[in-house]
Amino acid sequence: MSAHPAASHPIGLSIRGGTKVYPGTVALKEVDFDLHMGAVNVLVGENGAGKSTMMKVIAGVEQLTSGRIEMEGREVHLTSTDEAEKHGIGMIFQELNLFPNLSVADNIFMAHEKTRGGIDIDAAEQRRLTAELMRRLEHDIDPDTLVGDLKVGQQQIVEIAKSLARDARILILDEPTSALSAAEVEILFRVIDELKAEGVGIVYISHRMEELIRVGDYITVLRDGAITGARSMEGVDIAWIVRAMIGDSSKEFPKEIDHPYGGQVLKVTDMRMADGAGGFVVNGVSFSLRQGEILGIYGLMGAGRTELVEAIMGRHSHAAGLVEVDGKPMGRASVADRIAHGLALIPEDRKHDGLVQDLSIRENMTLSSLGDVTRGGVHMDLGKERSRVKDFVKRMVIKIASPENPVSSLSGGNQQKVVISKALMTNPKVLLMDEPSRGIDIGAKAEVFRVMRQLAAEGLGIVFVTSDLEEVLGLSDRILVMSNGRITGEFTRDTATDTALVTASSVGHAPDLHGSESASQKEPA
Amino acid sequence: MTDMTASGPAQSGTTSALLMLMKARTFIALILVFTYFAIFAPNFLSAANMVIMSKHVALNAFLAIGMTFVIVSGGIDLSVGSIVGLCGMVAGFLLLNGIDIGLGWSIQFNTLEICLIVCLVGIAIGALNGFLITKLNVAPFIATLGTLYIARGAALLSSEGETFPNLTGNAEYGSDTYRMIGSGSLLGVPISIWMLIVVGLVAAYIAKRTPLGRFIYAVGGNERAAGLSGVKVTRVKFFVYMFSGFCAALVGIIISSQLVAAHPATGDTFELNAIAAAVLGGTSMSGGRGRIGGTIVGAFVIGVLSDGLVMMGVSAFWQTVIKGLVIVAAVVIDQAQQKVQARVTLQSQAMVGK
Repeated sequence: MSAHPAASHPIGLSIRGGTKVYPGTVALKEVDFDLHMGAVNVLVGENGAGKSTMMKVIAGVEQLTSGRIEMEGREVHLTSTDEAEKHGIGMIFQELNLFPNLSVADNIFMAHEKTRGGIDIDAAEQRRLTAELMRRLEHDIDPDTLVGDLKVGQQQIVEIAKSLARDARILILDEPTSALSAAEVEILFRVIDELKAEGVGIVYISHRMEELIRVGDYITVLRDGAITGARSMEGVDIAWIVRAMIGDSSKEFPKEIDHPYGGQVLKVTDMRMADGAGGFVVNGVSFSLRQGEILGIYGLMGAGRTELVEAIMGRHSHAAGLVEVDGKPMGRASVADRIAHGLALIPEDRKHDGLVQDLSIRENMTLSSLGDVTRGGVHMDLGKERSRVKDFVKRMVIKIASPENPVSSLSGGNQQKVVISKALMTNPKVLLMDEPSRGIDIGAKAEVFRVMRQLAAEGLGIVFVTSDLEEVLGLSDRILVMSNGRITGEFTRDTATDTALVTASSVGHAPDLHGSESASQKEPA
Repeated sequence: MTDMTASGPAQSGTTSALLMLMKARTFIALILVFTYFAIFAPNFLSAANMVIMSKHVALNAFLAIGMTFVIVSGGIDLSVGSIVGLCGMVAGFLLLNGIDIGLGWSIQFNTLEICLIVCLVGIAIGALNGFLITKLNVAPFIATLGTLYIARGAALLSSEGETFPNLTGNAEYGSDTYRMIGSGSLLGVPISIWMLIVVGLVAAYIAKRTPLGRFIYAVGGNERAAGLSGVKVTRVKFFVYMFSGFCAALVGIIISSQLVAAHPATGDTFELNAIAAAVLGGTSMSGGRGRIGGTIVGAFVIGVLSDGLVMMGVSAFWQTVIKGLVIVAAVVIDQAQQKVQARVTLQSQAMVGK
């Protein structure tokens, strides 16, 4: 737990001058990173800071645009995951890469099957090795169970076992605890300690500060693709991490346009939604929103924020709870109905939920409001549609060559503006925005924020979900913090501080620094 | 993206010319096939042949129009061939027997009523498909495979596998005009072609100018996003399968009228030709992309090709091989077009900045 002298932790891999450029954005800027073996190298930073990109570069998923990677003093070219694996690097992605329809043993040895003569799979041997790995990981999982039947936490363990089976010397864990229960986290930490003792170099990415401080030996903080802090964990506290993550001079947020709030426009009472495993992803959430108010909902991944806004929008028919817009209670869950009553949603996942990639920019924009350009419910006035689109392209400052181009040809920021335009075309009273700045560059972010301010000033009620501290603090008039499907904190502009938000966002999540012992005792081992 | 902007206007000129050619590929193929047969097949250009050929094409074109909507919405309808058979049998049964209400009484129908009832049967089977797919979550392929067998079985049961012969109708009941649907013509153009023109125009109008049409494309392109945008996905899916059933019913009517008989095996494997025509016309099997006009041209390519080859005396076996090659080639070119298209748009997008 305490930091060891650097000498006992040789550097197993380092990046020098690593730069990674994606079309339209620089994800990594000249980073120098050292990975210590036999230690936990913690990596923090906000969404889009470049953590995942850096790890993908190490795992051979992505290649650096410029710069080099060295192992034991020699430059290595990690051009594929296979190549990285040969160098003993294994990565466990945030989204698990498992085959739910295959057994645990099959998954662990996928593409590395134990065979007789290269043809016949030695199932018995695979099963034996799997059982051995599971014993080591202290999990009683039958090698023949289908992965799809396991809980998410157990699936995570299978992923780890997969890397162990390949004798990984460097193991990258991208937010491994986001889906684990307190007891499972404890086991994971024991496994990590064991691996450390064996000299495995571990990279640990997480947003949970207490966890990082507890498990880490070295810490590296990233901000906007650059490393803003790298040191041994000794003496590091949450305040230091937050400062390095956000920086002293915060990003420019548009000035609030002074305006009075109107009446209550949205009221949500006791929203609940089951998660299919006996619990609730959204657990009794109630709040209200006034006209012209920007309400920020802060929380970590898996806190139930996305599910909450989707439930408000009427996407889930099994969600229970009362939604009132302008005092009028909504009936059964139907997205079309809620749009008609003045709700609009900017979904988190632009590609899968926000846009129809095959359709043109124009067709995407007007998809929710075709009724306005339709006569008699049948005949669309294409001229009117075009001029409406033209208006919004101008108003939202969308850079496009032609509205007839497929929406997939746009950069993330412009795509997001198309999604926002689509929502605004329905003349909403309340705008629900789920991570509106995800995956877009800084310039586009600023413009999205400007638009939000503008809309609020025009009297729109805005609920926006984010896991970016700075954003939630800079933009919100009021902040709700969610954790484990519940609201765990409410702050006004004056009472909100970064540490308070971070603390509230991990309520109900073990382990925290002080309570970890008691928490683990409460859970049956 | 930077190297794309550097490629200069001259090159983008040739790319866009190439793109034009690729977009018009089905039409070009039609012209080529047509010209080839006009030169090498005797009597190909005769008026009589044109009429016969267009009648053949029309049958496939009806099904392909319905199929296009289904495929664009992200589904598939394998049941259309069987619906053709069943609807033909229903028409034949009504013409011959009417509906027996017992005590020696029966209700007889005139031509219009028969057509309406038959269309309703087709639409009902389409609705069954829609119900299975949307409410019971059966994959479209499986759901329509099931109704393929059900409808075919029902057609066979309706006559114990026999043909309903001599569907000449009865002047007393006003059903003697039924034959005209298949054999009559207006201004020298067969009735079935007029019907195709009407259905084709209506379908193209729906696709281009109505919210429903836009929703069909949206559902096929990204069902989740469409749903979150307020599109009533279930309703859209019901419509496409019902419309496809309706088109199949029309074909059932036309065939039984042309042959003046209804045979329960009619329409076997028609669904495959319909899918081929839609794909040839540029419809993407993954949904979200396709045009009615393209599909009709695709149906003409397939129809002209098979009739022309027959006239040239090419063996039926070779005809099948050639048809297959044409379909594969069409899809390969389609893939290439997608790539070129994406490059051209990215180029123009790069011009305005990110």
